[in-house]
Amino acid sequence: MIETQEISKTYRLGDIKVRALRKVSLKIQDGEMVAIIGPSGSGKSTLLSILGCLDVPSKGVYLIDGKPVEGLNENQLAAIRREKIGFVFQQFNLLPRTTALENVMLPMYYSGVRPKMRLQNAMEALAAVGLSDRARSHPNQLSGGEQQRVAIARALVNKPTILLADEPTGNLDTQRGDEVMRIFQKLNRENGQTVVYVTHDPFIARHTNRIIQLVDGRIVSDELVADPFDAGTPRPDDLMTTHWGTVENDEEDA
Amino acid sequence: MSIIETLRIAFRAIGTNKLRSGLTMLGIIIGVAAVVALMAAGQGATSGITSRVEGMGTNLITVSGGRSFQFMFGGQSETLLYSDYEALLEDLGEEAEIAPYYQGVASVMNGDRSASASVRGVTPCYLDVNAYSLAKGRFISEEDNLGKSRVVVLGSSSAEDLFAGLNPINREIKINGKVYKVVGVLEEKGSNDDQVLIPLQTGYSLVFGAQARYKGQFTLSSIELSAHDAESVDTLIPRIEFILRREHGQKLTDDLPFSVSSQSQMLESLNSIRSTLTTLLGAIAGISLLVGGIGIMNITLVSVRERTREIGLRKAVGATRGVILFQFLVETLTLSLLGGLLGVLVGWGIAWGVSASGLLTATVTPKVVLISVAMATLVGVVFGIYPAYQAASLRPVEALRYE
Repeated sequence: MIETQEISKTYRLGDIKVRALRKVSLKIQDGEMVAIIGPSGSGKSTLLSILGCLDVPSKGVYLIDGKPVEGLNENQLAAIRREKIGFVFQQFNLLPRTTALENVMLPMYYSGVRPKMRLQNAMEALAAVGLSDRARSHPNQLSGGEQQRVAIARALVNKPTILLADEPTGNLDTQRGDEVMRIFQKLNRENGQTVVYVTHDPFIARHTNRIIQLVDGRIVSDELVADPFDAGTPRPDDLMTTHWGTVENDEEDA
Repeated sequence: MSIIETLRIAFRAIGTNKLRSGLTMLGIIIGVAAVVALMAAGQGATSGITSRVEGMGTNLITVSGGRSFQFMFGGQSETLLYSDYEALLEDLGEEAEIAPYYQGVASVMNGDRSASASVRGVTPCYLDVNAYSLAKGRFISEEDNLGKSRVVVLGSSSAEDLFAGLNPINREIKINGKVYKVVGVLEEKGSNDDQVLIPLQTGYSLVFGAQARYKGQFTLSSIELSAHDAESVDTLIPRIEFILRREHGQKLTDDLPFSVSSQSQMLESLNSIRSTLTTLLGAIAGISLLVGGIGIMNITLVSVRERTREIGLRKAVGATRGVILFQFLVETLTLSLLGGLLGVLVGWGIAWGVSASGLLTATVTPKVVLISVAMATLVGVVFGIYPAYQAASLRPVEALRYE
């Protein structure tokens, strides 16, 4: 279980003080699947970075499994990232010139898994994302969807408490995006894996039953939705826009 | 994360950009190769001279005018005269064998074959004083000298040059156009094998001419004294100096215008030359390794920047600062160590080539190899720390966003 209590994040961009998060409080139970949605600049990526211990809040308390993250040093944060968190990025962030298998094995180098177990764990993780046959391929031989699935296998390999994904479908077409969402749903429904993902696409957000909306660093809604879409459901007409908010808004943000 | 895995990552990073890694290592390779080759050459050259000097025996004293170091740097020089030899012979003839010689330039021909152009006029005891031995025939005798005979003794390589393997004994050669009979050939000794020896008096009257005269007196290039008792060498030197001052009308307070030195003194000055040479080479080594080290640092900084996202990712999946620091340090260390080892091989090759060419015998000592590899390693650590520290200090959020 993870919980934030009125966390705020302020950082400086030159002379400008940016308040990325303002008193955000939320609680995510084990086994939940949560979408965080908001326009660019709403603070959703910052929130995810804090949940993933890649960053620390300026104010407020963040608890993982009841333990506060506050005051931990860099190495202790690294240990939490190793043991409790799996991260999936929009850009995949696979190491080039390194096979899919070795990419998946990477987190185990740092977590001290015995060498004998590494290959087995990595192959299991690749099987979970349906890529057993691509283990020896290099990232440039894989499609975008396959690369993202390798990245998901890498995030899963240390059996994390939570899987965090930052715009996991952002760089993928509809069909590849469906594949990724299908994997998330399967992990959550069959294995009880906690999944938190950030998106700006309301349709992608509707693939789960809990959607948290963020605007200007504040939570504006945190609701449960009935009948989430199963992956592969065609995009309904009322969710044709792939961006949260209007097109004009989006241009302003860019 | 084990050492082996860290090494594997380092090798992969180095192998990914082979040309760049190679050029980076080149700085270290050249530096280390230069050190190894120069040190080997220096070692070889000085050990050659040292063994030559030692071979001449510890009871040898050499008197010479105007050619030793002290005269090169100011100080005045007087010409060594034949009368100085006579004076030394009179006073010290009981305690040492005394061999004067004059070295002049002359043409030495056998038909159309020629030999080294330097001809020495010597007396009979030249053979013993310099511990030479004869391969064939006899040496110049007292009668040859007094009778100004036209006889000649050849060094082993002069004999080879002039007669190409034929037995030269009793054959004739021409020195400055005049006919001389070869009476002996010296055993090969490794140094001064190209000498051509004639009786001193013959030289004065027939070969050297006005070169060998100073204000109407015959001059000498050098006088060598071989003390009968090696223990007396140190007491002989001041007595020789006293006689020379007296002969040249000099006061005790004047700087002696000749050099009087024993073998042990020569060894001492050789050793000081050797240590100066070593210091100099060490400085060159230091500079080239410094330059190599800066190259490594430069490239590693570029590499840290290029791999910012990779570092961010490694941190995101749980790598600690220490692990990242260690990884980059191992990379620079691998580069410098590899460069150092290749440098040793290249330097060894150069030393071998120099030895094979016969210029001098270059000896690569294990000490030089150890020192240069150790220095290359040190350079890797020193110049790797800053970039590695930079990599380790990257904040994961920012590193992951880096384009």
